[in-house]
Amino acid sequence: MAKRISDEDGLKIFSRRTILIGGMQMIGLGVLGGRLAWLQLAQGRKYRMLSEKNRINVRLIAPPRGLIVDRFGVPLALNEEDFQVHIIREQARDMQASLNALKRFIDIDQDTIDRVIEQASKIPKFLPVKVKEALTWDEVATIEVNLPDLPGLLIDKGETRTYPFGLATSHLTGYVGAVTEEVLKEQGEKEPVLSLPGFKIGKIGIERQYDAHMRGKAGAAEMEVNVVGREVRELSRKDPVTGDRITLTIDAELQRFAHDALSEQRSASAVVMDAHTGAVYVMASHPGYDPNLFSRGIPRDVWKSLLEDTSLPLAHKALVGQYPPGSTFKMITGLAGLEQGVTSPGRTIFCPGHFSLGKDKFHCWKPGGHGRVDLVGAIQKSCDTYFYTIANEMGIDAIAQVARRFGLGAKYGFDLEDERPGIIPDRDWKYARFGERWHRGETVVNAIGQGFVLTTPLQLAVMTARLVNGGYAVKPYITAQIGDRGRIQENPAKIEGVREDFLKIILKGMESVVNEAGGTAYGSRIVEPGLEMGGKTGTAQVVRITKEQRRLRIKNEDLPWEQRHHALFVGYAPIHAPRYVCSVVVEHGVGGSRSAAPIAKELLLRAQNRDPASMTAVLSSDATMAPSESAVTREDESSEDMGMPERSKNSLITPARKPRSGGAQ
Amino acid sequence: MIRDSLFLMPEQSLVQRFLNLNWVLIFLICCVMGVGVAALYSAGGGDMSIWANKHLIRFMIGLCGMVVIAMINVKWWYRFAWPFYIGVFFLLVLVEIMGHIGMGAQRWINLGFIQIQPSELMKIAVILCLARHFHGATPDQVRRLTFLIVPACIILAPVGLVLLQPDLGTAMMILMAGAGLVFIAGAPLWLFITGIGLAIAAVPIGWQFLHDYQKQRVWTFLDPESDPLGAGYHITQSKIALGSGGMYGKGLMQGTQSRLNFLPEKQTDFIFTLYAEEWGLMGGIALLTLFALIFLACLRIALRCRHNFGRYLAAGLTISFSLHIFINIGMVMGLLPVVGVPLPMVSYGGTAMWATLAGFGLIMSCHVYRHSKVTRA
Repeated sequence: MAKRISDEDGLKIFSRRTILIGGMQMIGLGVLGGRLAWLQLAQGRKYRMLSEKNRINVRLIAPPRGLIVDRFGVPLALNEEDFQVHIIREQARDMQASLNALKRFIDIDQDTIDRVIEQASKIPKFLPVKVKEALTWDEVATIEVNLPDLPGLLIDKGETRTYPFGLATSHLTGYVGAVTEEVLKEQGEKEPVLSLPGFKIGKIGIERQYDAHMRGKAGAAEMEVNVVGREVRELSRKDPVTGDRITLTIDAELQRFAHDALSEQRSASAVVMDAHTGAVYVMASHPGYDPNLFSRGIPRDVWKSLLEDTSLPLAHKALVGQYPPGSTFKMITGLAGLEQGVTSPGRTIFCPGHFSLGKDKFHCWKPGGHGRVDLVGAIQKSCDTYFYTIANEMGIDAIAQVARRFGLGAKYGFDLEDERPGIIPDRDWKYARFGERWHRGETVVNAIGQGFVLTTPLQLAVMTARLVNGGYAVKPYITAQIGDRGRIQENPAKIEGVREDFLKIILKGMESVVNEAGGTAYGSRIVEPGLEMGGKTGTAQVVRITKEQRRLRIKNEDLPWEQRHHALFVGYAPIHAPRYVCSVVVEHGVGGSRSAAPIAKELLLRAQNRDPASMTAVLSSDATMAPSESAVTREDESSEDMGMPERSKNSLITPARKPRSGGAQ
Repeated sequence: MIRDSLFLMPEQSLVQRFLNLNWVLIFLICCVMGVGVAALYSAGGGDMSIWANKHLIRFMIGLCGMVVIAMINVKWWYRFAWPFYIGVFFLLVLVEIMGHIGMGAQRWINLGFIQIQPSELMKIAVILCLARHFHGATPDQVRRLTFLIVPACIILAPVGLVLLQPDLGTAMMILMAGAGLVFIAGAPLWLFITGIGLAIAAVPIGWQFLHDYQKQRVWTFLDPESDPLGAGYHITQSKIALGSGGMYGKGLMQGTQSRLNFLPEKQTDFIFTLYAEEWGLMGGIALLTLFALIFLACLRIALRCRHNFGRYLAAGLTISFSLHIFINIGMVMGLLPVVGVPLPMVSYGGTAMWATLAGFGLIMSCHVYRHSKVTRA
């Protein structure tokens, strides 16, 4: 053993070591305190940020979409509160089973079930996923009663884009649909609201055209969330800003009326427009589709049948349909003749039923001919020979330039997409298009709106407006207001070189078409005094009439539908102070006087009775008014207004300018 | 001699003993408990009934127990050391056997009315037993290696059993507290230096004996950010909570990390995090200062004690207590790997608190009977 240690020394060792331990403890606590200060002071900012990031979740609140209303404030597209069925993954022990059970009560397909299950798997399990919206009362009741057998499902209120006029306004409003991957990739950065589940954007029509305006601004709620993401409370909230309301120049009731009238045909379209402002009151196309189906998620088979329908329900024919104008083009040819001096009110031409050019023979529509006719008579009776003759004398270029000045052959920059330019042919056009020279025979054919000439119903309405308004170059428009900002519509300029005396002659012809015995649309005249209309029928050949057919006198209506003539009519009313112009195209409607003119008559009569031009597009936001209610009011008002067409002069939406082309009375 | 006469001091009366209690220490303990109740009230979302009330009641019971222990003559504790150690040892064995037979890893014994954790009791039993063993030794004996075989067995036998549970944290705690006592008792310094050296050298070997979850904890400790949503989640969230508390904290009940459950085990092992998030650096330093004062008060008792048993017992228990604090707070701050060690008297949990208070009771008994003569067995 080494040296002995006394008890005293042993105690010293104990004391020393105990004090050493105490010192180590103090150092240890000091280290802990230092570490705490390092975390809380030196790195406090970093950790505070991390802690905020942990607890705060910004939740976007979808803005209500702006409404689309007609000129009276009647909603064409609104957000209707509806009942929807949702599923919550956390509460449905077996999603598949729950949804299959739901399938017994409401109509959902397997695609929907798969989509819902996929969506639910991507979000926290306590968040609901929409299964179906716009439930009927019966469906709601059935689901409610059977909820015990439907774990995880719940009924909730939501908003669905609804189109009260459905088919009638389908091509105008268009529809909304889910955000596609491409759109999300393109705009998702700037517009995070697009990634909200169930958010809809405009796909076509006004919904698409003014989507950015109607979309509104998303609100945001800062939510405090716990560790699994469940929202605990709201910290702050910025309310969403409702999208702008789009006010159209459309008169919804008139539009519906037009649509109903067109519905009797297999495929037809019509435009009613203000002759002086270009405001479009009606722009209807039949057949249409129900946009409500689209906003609620269209079943695949319905979509397929819409795509496959040969009468093209998805196309807005008043805008995109390009038709040979037929005899409605004769005003242009006649006006060109007057301007070129090849004809005058006094010039008469003998119509033997055909026009010979070299060895070619061009038939008048009336076998046997019209005999001796002047220009007014030629328009009235739609004598082809007269126009063959003057066209042959002046050439195609003279006709084409008049057609262009009166709004044919080019786009206007209309507020709906897919506007078509039509075709107004001339020598240059043909050379550029086919690399061939123009033939005289082609001038003759195109002069009566056949051959190469193509126009849209909208263009025909514009052409008519420019003829009857004294030669002002009105342009059509359909959007009166975006939000509170009214449209700045320039007063249309006078068409260069237009002569009112010539226009009067043309209008006299158009007046006699309807109002004088022997006119092609005499049967469709308006008898109410003061509301009389003028117009011009048109019958456009679709396939060439064969010699055989001509010899056998086969009636056009006996041919298969696809081979029948298109029926057209352009008109205006009232004749003493034209306000409303109208164009109607009935595809394969056999004859203008037979199927197009009666529709135009009804439209112009109803338009004058309702007199939408007398009312400015509303500024106030009483858009909550139910459409049916307002329709009734309008109906009452308009019946009181009967026989007071003078009112149109007080229109607020029109520049205060008296109609100039009174026409021959 | 005056000192001798004091040894012969007759047994104090109950009142005398009560007055002789270390009231400063009791006050400090009550302060720490106050912190615990406040933190648990907050952890319960402002509801006393979830944790705080029960904690308070347990503390009251524990406090009474502590005073009773403190007023029992320290010689009885001296005599009680071995039976207590052996009893607890059997309980540990029992737990191990039950674990094998029944429900896998188990640390608890359910006595029906109470669940006890023998490993918690073993922390005290080892100190008690070692203090008794060294009490009778001369400084020379302590320096002899052969003399140290018994203490080594006293320490290592329960350490081995606890490791089997497996509870690495408690095993380390028993080992370190025991070693601390041996050091204080005067064992040669080189023993500890070589011991630490060997321990470091044994790390690669010991690594292979660790359970996967234990290995994971070590990895996570070394690099918590590597897996912030997985194994490193606890420590990352704990650091965020602490750091975001700042100088003055978020205020009572305003600790977002804990209230929104980002913080794991907020009422037990991570209670210090919750507290420091809500009370900030000021609160944290205050609590650390309380602990410092408790350490000093306890070591003062050890230094002022007139008998070796009391010296070793008080110092050993203080070391054990301080180890809990260092390991727990070091762990939540990311200084040490995550081991399941609660913060004494603040964390929710009965056995741990009572064991701690019983320890303080023994320390105070050493204080009340600092002048007593403890007879060698």
